[in-house]
Amino acid sequence: MRWLLIKDLQILRRSPLLVALLVIYPVAIALMIGFALSSPPGKPTVAVYDAVPTGKGKVSIGNQRIDIAHYANELFASINAIRVGSRAEAIAMVRSGQAEAALIIPADIVGQINSLITQGVGNPTVELVLNTRDPLERQFAQQAISSRANQVEQAVAKQVLAVAATDLQRVLNGGTLEFLGQNIPLLGLKNTRAIVQGTIASLPVSSPLKPALRQVVAFASLAIGGLGFATPVLQSIGSPLTIQQVQLAGKTTPTASYAAAIAVIVSLMFVGVLLAAGLLALERSENAYSRLVRGLVSPGTLLSEKIVISAAGAAAVTLLMSAFVSLFVHLDWARFPLWVAALGLGGLAFGALGVAIGGLAREVSVASLMAFVLTLPIAFVALVPGDAVSGTLRSILDAVAFVFPFRAALQAVSNAFSGASPGIGWPLVHLAVLALVFGALARLAMRRFA
Amino acid sequence: MSSSVETLQGPVTVAVRDLTRRFGARTALDRVSFELHAGEVVGIIGPNGAGKTTLLSILAGVLEPSGGEVVRDPGKRFGWVPQEPALYSKLSVAENLRLFARLERVPDPEAATNAMLAQTGLEDRAGEEVGRLSGGNQQRVNIAIGLLSEPPALLLDEPSASLDPRQRERLWEFIGGLAVRGTTIVFSTHNVGEAERYAGRVLVLGDGELLFTGTPAELERTVNPEHAHPGDFESAFVRFLHERGH
Repeated sequence: MRWLLIKDLQILRRSPLLVALLVIYPVAIALMIGFALSSPPGKPTVAVYDAVPTGKGKVSIGNQRIDIAHYANELFASINAIRVGSRAEAIAMVRSGQAEAALIIPADIVGQINSLITQGVGNPTVELVLNTRDPLERQFAQQAISSRANQVEQAVAKQVLAVAATDLQRVLNGGTLEFLGQNIPLLGLKNTRAIVQGTIASLPVSSPLKPALRQVVAFASLAIGGLGFATPVLQSIGSPLTIQQVQLAGKTTPTASYAAAIAVIVSLMFVGVLLAAGLLALERSENAYSRLVRGLVSPGTLLSEKIVISAAGAAAVTLLMSAFVSLFVHLDWARFPLWVAALGLGGLAFGALGVAIGGLAREVSVASLMAFVLTLPIAFVALVPGDAVSGTLRSILDAVAFVFPFRAALQAVSNAFSGASPGIGWPLVHLAVLALVFGALARLAMRRFA
Repeated sequence: MSSSVETLQGPVTVAVRDLTRRFGARTALDRVSFELHAGEVVGIIGPNGAGKTTLLSILAGVLEPSGGEVVRDPGKRFGWVPQEPALYSKLSVAENLRLFARLERVPDPEAATNAMLAQTGLEDRAGEEVGRLSGGNQQRVNIAIGLLSEPPALLLDEPSASLDPRQRERLWEFIGGLAVRGTTIVFSTHNVGEAERYAGRVLVLGDGELLFTGTPAELERTVNPEHAHPGDFESAFVRFLHERGH
């Protein structure tokens, strides 16, 4: 095997373009994937026309005043807002592509909100104009604005409910009400009931007023009970649901570290599979295979050599890549031996997959093309989140991901990088088994060589 | 080299008995039997699909037979020269020779490499990448690799197919020298004139069957003289095949 290894290294050394392509291309793809996954989403550029006159953006609810501008600023934090002077200007910016969307706030928005709050009439509306040419941009802008608009809507609703609950308490317990600059005392239902009960007690036993006053007390008691219950209900509407998160999976992988693991595994896959497939197909395209296996080298040894050299190459490239990525993303260097184990076994599994592909091809170019065509879907299938699909499709995707090395390698490497759950033991065993299985399949495929 | 190579009836190098090879339902070789002797030059001829390459591949150990046996000294591997040069084009001439010498477990790979470079006249091109050599020179390296372990027999599949007349002449001179030193030479060819000229004995295959074994002159004599032109081996060969339904 030693002489074959030396021979393949000599061939690779004299094919700098091929080696560069094998290393630079996957690393470039992997880095792009990694950065794309780890970078926060950008902000859409939105042209904003706010027709509300300055200083007129406050809604009065009872004693409280809600400043709409405060919530508008929160909305603008989610977008790159370009303020414009008219609705037409905002739409023109969308048409010209300078903005992905336009947000138009009508001058009477405060009046609309006031009308809804005080009379329950109206439907306050802002206008969102979207660029319909690019569906992705449209969805991006729509999601950014909608999610923030929902937050603003909830915040306003909470304020309104808080005012309503305060007023209700005042009706129950009494207090003061500001009206036209004057504080007017409010008696409240509880005080009213106490006064009526006192009056009943002071009346003669045979007073004809007693039955009527008792009805007033009964009604007051009923109202106090009902309205007393209504207050916490109103408060609960303001924040109807609290989500308490409980992590069952133990320590989770940090997002950036997981993105780095994906980038590294994509590179490991491309280098391992392409190198193994190409080097095995080379034996055939150079007609050397028949000369080798007539007693000089057994097919098993030849396969093992291809798997070992491609695994070593892929592991070396991805270890260097991991070290480079660790300058930007925290990777646990204390677990370095596990990095080596995960990338080494992952490289062996991908190398075995590569020789299985190379065993089917007669030409290096065909082997490379097959390697690309087969490995890309494998990576995508393994990256589909389990909850994104359901039923039979999920079972099929899980099965496909299980029989190829990508998912197991990703689990092993993300654990090696951060100690994330699940543990590294089972993924490593899984990779070793896959290396044996694909090695055996390659041996079967090589029977066609002869 | 003279226009024909003498048949040297030396010791038997290999005995082939009832050799059969099937590919699915197709029988590529059907109970073929013959013997080869040391120093003998044997040409295998026949129409396309006759089983020439299959027979050589089994003798070389590349293919397993479906039936029959090949009896030979188990300690000695035959030299094998496939039709297309089986060389690593990115390695130099010397690196190719050295690699196969090591894989053949030749006692002194460096000496064997140098000997082959001298024998093929490629010493001054030892460091050149094989992919940059002419077809003729690649074929010389291809043959040299087959000879690295000094095999008792050299098997060549269409050795002159890609060569020009001058290169072909040099190739046969080289092969003739090997035969004189006692190496059994077995080659397949489509060029029956070449077989007549250089082979001491021809094996004629048709649809996997061995139809004839003997000298070219003997083959000519088996054909009805009324239908053959004296001295025209090619027409005699075609007539021979026709008379046997091929």
